[in-house]
Amino acid sequence: MSKVLMKGNEALAEAAIRAGCRYFFGYPITPQNEIPEYLARRLPEHGGVFLQAESEVAAINMVYGAAAAGARVLTSSSGPGISLKQEGISFLAATELPCVIVNMMRGGPGLGGIQAAQGDYFQATKGGGHGDYRLIVLAPNSVQELVNLTLLAFDLADHYRNPAMILGDGILGQMMEPVILPPPVNIQVDKPWAATGCKGRNRNIVNSLYLDPQELAELNDRLQEKYNRIKANEQRYDNYLTTDAELVVVAFGTAARIARQVVDDCRLRGMKVGLFRPVTLWPYPEKGLIEATGQAKRVLTLELNTGQMVEDVRLSLRDRIPVDFLGCTGGILPKAKDVYNKIESLIAQKTLFACG
Amino acid sequence: MSLALNLPEALTDKAFHYCPGCTHGIVHRLVAEVIDELGIRENTVGIASVGCSVLAYNYFNLDVVQAAHGRAPAVATGVKRVLPEQVVFTYQGDGDLASIGTAEIVHAAARGEKITVIFVNNSCYGMTGGQLAPTTLLGQKTTTSPLGRRENIDGYPLNIIEMLATLRAPAFLARTSVHKPSMVVRAKKVIRKAFETQINNEGFAMVEILSTCPVNWGLTPIQALKWLEEKMIPIYPLGEFKLPGRS
Ligand SMILES: Cc1ncc(C[n+]2csc(CCOP(=O)(O)OP(=O)(O)O)c2C)c(N)n1
Repeated sequence: MSKVLMKGNEALAEAAIRAGCRYFFGYPITPQNEIPEYLARRLPEHGGVFLQAESEVAAINMVYGAAAAGARVLTSSSGPGISLKQEGISFLAATELPCVIVNMMRGGPGLGGIQAAQGDYFQATKGGGHGDYRLIVLAPNSVQELVNLTLLAFDLADHYRNPAMILGDGILGQMMEPVILPPPVNIQVDKPWAATGCKGRNRNIVNSLYLDPQELAELNDRLQEKYNRIKANEQRYDNYLTTDAELVVVAFGTAARIARQVVDDCRLRGMKVGLFRPVTLWPYPEKGLIEATGQAKRVLTLELNTGQMVEDVRLSLRDRIPVDFLGCTGGILPKAKDVYNKIESLIAQKTLFACG
Repeated sequence: MSLALNLPEALTDKAFHYCPGCTHGIVHRLVAEVIDELGIRENTVGIASVGCSVLAYNYFNLDVVQAAHGRAPAVATGVKRVLPEQVVFTYQGDGDLASIGTAEIVHAAARGEKITVIFVNNSCYGMTGGQLAPTTLLGQKTTTSPLGRRENIDGYPLNIIEMLATLRAPAFLARTSVHKPSMVVRAKKVIRKAFETQINNEGFAMVEILSTCPVNWGLTPIQALKWLEEKMIPIYPLGEFKLPGRS
């Protein structure tokens, strides 16, 4: 398989087609427009349907209909559009319909800006819509991973009958990198629950209304049981030089690319620093984080927001190690130098503390 | 004792939960009879909405997807695009279709989505206790227009069928009523046309059916039928506003 140079958004769109996705419903918003634009050209060539909806609200409900009819289906958006999709996402989670939702994050709150940020972490990992539900959230940090995780997202969504989200950002969507595209997969997933017309079987109903409190509690118990299975089986992460690290930086997506460069700088100067990069943001890879910080005396979380994932890092480590946070918002990227200085000062504090 | 009429196959034997005098039940039965007569029960996906008819999936004996408030036309679009050979219909109230779901119905109609929409207009929000709807008549008292709907505060009633008739794409648009037996017979014919429009691949089809809400109107069932005829029909005239092949 040869490498091709592709823009992140287009590579993701191509990966969706190769994953067997034939339906896309969306509404334009920067910085993810290359996804719908690519699929508008390519899906019809594969016998699929691209439809630009009148709004994000309509788009996610078209996704809901297509998923209920048994299709592999994709939608993509960014911040403000994902907020509008939350009503539908809650319905998809409640009815256990598989689909893939992409959020190429931009800065917020409100209309915010169009540069890359990670301010939608809470929204993606803590629900976002109403009720008790979870999405499987995958956080790529390269064009190659946009491709790989898109294929994985469709598989996980079908396997668990749950919506999966790719949480990227404007930089990942816009940058070009060499990428190996996998061959198209030919998976026929059996979906006996789909509403396709009841010929030859009992009728199927896709519904999320439970007026009987006991029945609703049972649905929620069943969902929690599923979420626990996902937590047990799907925690994914990547370690870089953490085995002997005294300070571990935790970062995902674009922030992890900056962090990795800083880790290299630190190592050149003899500082034992490593990087832990969550690939699943929900479930949060706490087992991996505990392992990766086995030797660490300090942890630094680097994010393109005001401190959101840091809460999950603290929860995972349960106060055993001090956790610091460094972040930037507005689409400004943290400078490697600033991250380095922060690490240096944290290590110095640790030494002081040890001597005192 | 002998049965005068059998239950349509497209209905389950569950008893309706509707209030006495409410005509949702009549409309359910008409839709089910039409589905039976067209022989499409096993090839049909119904989209249940939100409102008094939210439990439609308990009554229609076929595959049903229940949609969020107002979003049924978008959900139907998703189903129909995946299953173009199947018959897809939505069943929506006026709060659902004419208020929270206005964008979805206008754009499904403008796209010429090949679905059938059953739109039950009882001029109020039944399920949530009789609040003002976009279809509430001027002067009509509701729990959120206690002095009666006033145009300077709440605006004018929305004539959805006439609005949609200004669009190029819709193939079949009609308004009918079920306030007396002869009208019930006529309503069934209109509902049948709305399904045939889809089966013949002619495009978007919608029937508005004027319906009663005696409890929230504060009327007896008989008074409610009379009120519908005397007050609603002048504002919402019956008829066929668009027919396949004539734009
Ligand atoms: C997003 C959302 N907003 C509000 C509601 C509450 N709600 C339930 S039914 C309804 C009104 C339905 O009225 P209509 O469509 O006219 O149907 P009817 O009950 O009169 O048959 C409302 C506002 C809801 N379920 N979801």
